[in-house]
Amino acid sequence: MWKTILRRVLIMIPELIVLSVLVFLLAKAMPGDPFTGSINPKADPAQIHHLMKINGLYDPWYQQYWNWVVHLFHGDLGMSYEYQEPVMDLIKQRGANTLWLAIFTMLLTYFIALPLGIYAGRHEGKWQDTVVRVYTYVTMSIPFFVVLVIGIWIFGYGLNIFPTSGSVSSTASGLGGTILSRLGHIILPGLLGALFGTVNVVQYLRSEVIDAKHSDYVRTARSKGVPMKDIYKHHIFRNSLLPIAAFAGYSITGLLGGSIFTEMVFSYPGMGLLFLNAINYRDYTVITALVLLYGFLNLLGTLLSDIILSVVDPRVRIE
Amino acid sequence: MLNNDSDKLLTINDVSTAFKINGKYYDAVSNVDLEVHPDEILAIVGESGCGKSTLATTVMGLHDPSETQISGEIDFEGQDLAKLDEAGYDKIRGKKIGMIFQDPLSALNPLKRVEDQIQEVLIYHTDMNSTQRHDRVIELLNQVGIDNPERTAHQFPHQLSGGMRQRIVIAIAIACKPDLIIADEPTTALDVTIQAQILDVLRDIQKENHAGIILITHDLGVVAETADRVAVMYAGQIVELGTAAQIFNEPKHPYTRSLLRSMPQRDTYNDELYVIKGMVPSLQKMPTTGDRFAPRIPWVPADAHEENPTMHEVEDGHFVRCTCYKVFKFPDEEGILS
Amino acid sequence: MSLIEVKNLKVHYPIRGGFFNRVVDNVKAVDGVSFSIEEGETIGLVGESGSGKSTTGKAIIGLEEITSGSILYKGKDVTKRTHRKQLKYDEAVQMIFQDSMSSLNPRKRIEDIIAEPLRNFEHLSKDEEKLRVLQLLDIVGLDPDALYKYPHQFSGGQRQRIGVARAVATDPSLIIADEPVSALDLSVQAQVLNFMKKIQREFNISYLFISHDLGVVRHMCDKIAIMHRGRLVEVGTRDDIYDNPQHIYTKRLLAAIPETNVNNREQNRERRLKIEQEYQNEQSQYYDADGLAFPLVQISDTHFVALPKESLNKQGEVNG
Repeated sequence: MWKTILRRVLIMIPELIVLSVLVFLLAKAMPGDPFTGSINPKADPAQIHHLMKINGLYDPWYQQYWNWVVHLFHGDLGMSYEYQEPVMDLIKQRGANTLWLAIFTMLLTYFIALPLGIYAGRHEGKWQDTVVRVYTYVTMSIPFFVVLVIGIWIFGYGLNIFPTSGSVSSTASGLGGTILSRLGHIILPGLLGALFGTVNVVQYLRSEVIDAKHSDYVRTARSKGVPMKDIYKHHIFRNSLLPIAAFAGYSITGLLGGSIFTEMVFSYPGMGLLFLNAINYRDYTVITALVLLYGFLNLLGTLLSDIILSVVDPRVRIE
Repeated sequence: MLNNDSDKLLTINDVSTAFKINGKYYDAVSNVDLEVHPDEILAIVGESGCGKSTLATTVMGLHDPSETQISGEIDFEGQDLAKLDEAGYDKIRGKKIGMIFQDPLSALNPLKRVEDQIQEVLIYHTDMNSTQRHDRVIELLNQVGIDNPERTAHQFPHQLSGGMRQRIVIAIAIACKPDLIIADEPTTALDVTIQAQILDVLRDIQKENHAGIILITHDLGVVAETADRVAVMYAGQIVELGTAAQIFNEPKHPYTRSLLRSMPQRDTYNDELYVIKGMVPSLQKMPTTGDRFAPRIPWVPADAHEENPTMHEVEDGHFVRCTCYKVFKFPDEEGILS
Repeated sequence: MSLIEVKNLKVHYPIRGGFFNRVVDNVKAVDGVSFSIEEGETIGLVGESGSGKSTTGKAIIGLEEITSGSILYKGKDVTKRTHRKQLKYDEAVQMIFQDSMSSLNPRKRIEDIIAEPLRNFEHLSKDEEKLRVLQLLDIVGLDPDALYKYPHQFSGGQRQRIGVARAVATDPSLIIADEPVSALDLSVQAQVLNFMKKIQREFNISYLFISHDLGVVRHMCDKIAIMHRGRLVEVGTRDDIYDNPQHIYTKRLLAAIPETNVNNREQNRERRLKIEQEYQNEQSQYYDADGLAFPLVQISDTHFVALPKESLNKQGEVNG
């Protein structure tokens, strides 16, 4: 298995190279430049020209690309034009914020979705099932950004329970205070994200449970004299959680990309917001770094899912 | 071997099983009477949809009560199974009655090792400790003819061949030495050479455990080679019942005779095979009175059939439904009635 | 000249592995199979699951890529595209599948299903096409109102007859029938087999009848080829195979078929166990070091068996 994992990792290298070239070119093809309009509007065009020149923006693309790659291997992703900070530092900072929110959202999502999915599947066709399905339909049909805005309005402005922007309060002090403040900032976006992000998991799990319930091995278990509640415990739950466990690898890395909607509405300084701003300000160094990172996370997610699947399902062996 | 009345294992008395279709109930099994004795193999044979599997799952109590109506008595060792609730059934299933299913791959949980799947029965019905259970698993695997039991016990179902899997399913069914084993098409999914081996295993187990076996199959060859007694089912009813010799050497009911005649035989290369006219009626269109097989032998005059066909004993232990067998002839036989 | 001649057909599937995912081995699904089919005859291809019998059928019609070997149709190699076109091979060879439900498109009406091969190969007007489809329905004994129905509205036996109608639409000279009646009840099976024989007589069609059921094969086939682990172990006429089987595997298959004669039960069982014993003990006489069958050797005009020459001579002495 280790051999296969190593091979999969090695295969990722050419994939990442192709991706990076593509991303680099696309970023270059975007109209506009990082200086015009972002500094003093009365700035001398000659000065902008000079800035472009010393930043190497007039070099041929492969030269620019090569410079970028060489720096990349020195852990240097360049300076953000917009923030005037090393991109690496930016990503570290924002990544940490996103990681907090992502883990919280994901825990909450599974915490809500797993019982609901199992419950609905177990009581298929009964009123309990209908209630869960109404919930999933409602959350599915309301656009997420509307939910976020309403959430902010009710809990932030109306009830004033949660902060409405930022990731940590500037007045928080000490380790405990900082952690509490961070938690305070992610509860509302995390909760809303979880409540409205459960649909897929709930529906998938529900249909898995229903399938398992009618499967032949459950009939075998019944004819062994195993009581139904034990069959749920020993057979149905485990078997229907399998595909969801496998998908978890994918969703972890997906969440790390940050949620653009959530971060924008809550002005939460995470990866999503960073990406959005980078596009708005033509912050090439940030764009290329982020897209490359997203690509890497995606490949990693697939690999992680395959590894998880091979661990939990004896029928799948990575060989 | 035929037994006297005193050692009946299972007595099915006027049992009907109806399924709910669009809010109404329709009989899949109607008014079946049947007995199973210890130490015998009773085959229930018929084509798809005749109710043979439904009858088996009815005895086993595997139907969803919200979708199914069961009437009649299922007397098993002095207890009426039809009156049992789930908790009551859980004490019988696996312990007193074992069941073997058609598709051994889907019948086993793909995520559990063979050993765990066999041990599960022992956990619920015996007070063995884990060492004893392990020993019993190995003993069972030996009994069903698995060469390397320790290794097999540790494997997952997908690592085994179809024949091996069916042996595991059998091991599960016999783990608690049940008095009755129900085998629902146990060899249909298997190759002929494997089929022969599995049938051997079943017979050996029956001899060893003195269990009664209900063998459900559509394969007349399997029946002829294995069964002591045979019940032929058509459209939810038993139409003929007798010893294997009676059924195969002197079939009486037109359906039994038609089935045997539609089988390709050694010398049929130059002949057309006999085709039974018409089709089996669907559950919703099943006639409630008259001979259900009558529409498929239209040349037999209506007055040859009984109005409400009952079983007639034509010989000791040989029963036939309806009186039409007395005059029935195939169209190409002499003296056709038309 | 035979209608079809299969010569040393091999279908291997690569197994990839190792660090660079290279081909490390092959699954030899079909490993050097040769036989011929004459015009109007039925040849049975018999074997257990995994024997390669279905793969052989699919390779002949072109649904399976051939690793090596050739397939001659009317003397020309149809593994070459030009010959295929020239001889209209795709029209001349049709297939019937085991599972009639999944081999008929559920969203198409019967008219369109049966007309599909006609539309591919023949350019008929709307009316001509309809007439032809009605004829075909009549041949397999279905009512004209079947035209506008969908596959799920028919029973298994009727669907299998629709499959037969589709297969004969282009007036083929060979139909490859892959387990055509295995999923059917006895009474329905009889009907489909009767139709297949009737159509054969009327249109002089050859069948490659792939089946695991030796009872059905005996009823349908003139010639029978027994396949085991990708190779043929015995080929002969019906009488050769059933009355004078030579290879242990053939004997084993024959002994395993349950008989409807209840009176011989014990003898059958004893004979079967004896053959099984022989099969277990004398593998090396019948199979090479890799557990595969030997090349076929001719022992009479019609009868071929996969045994090494020496053992044949020995047997000859014993048999006198």
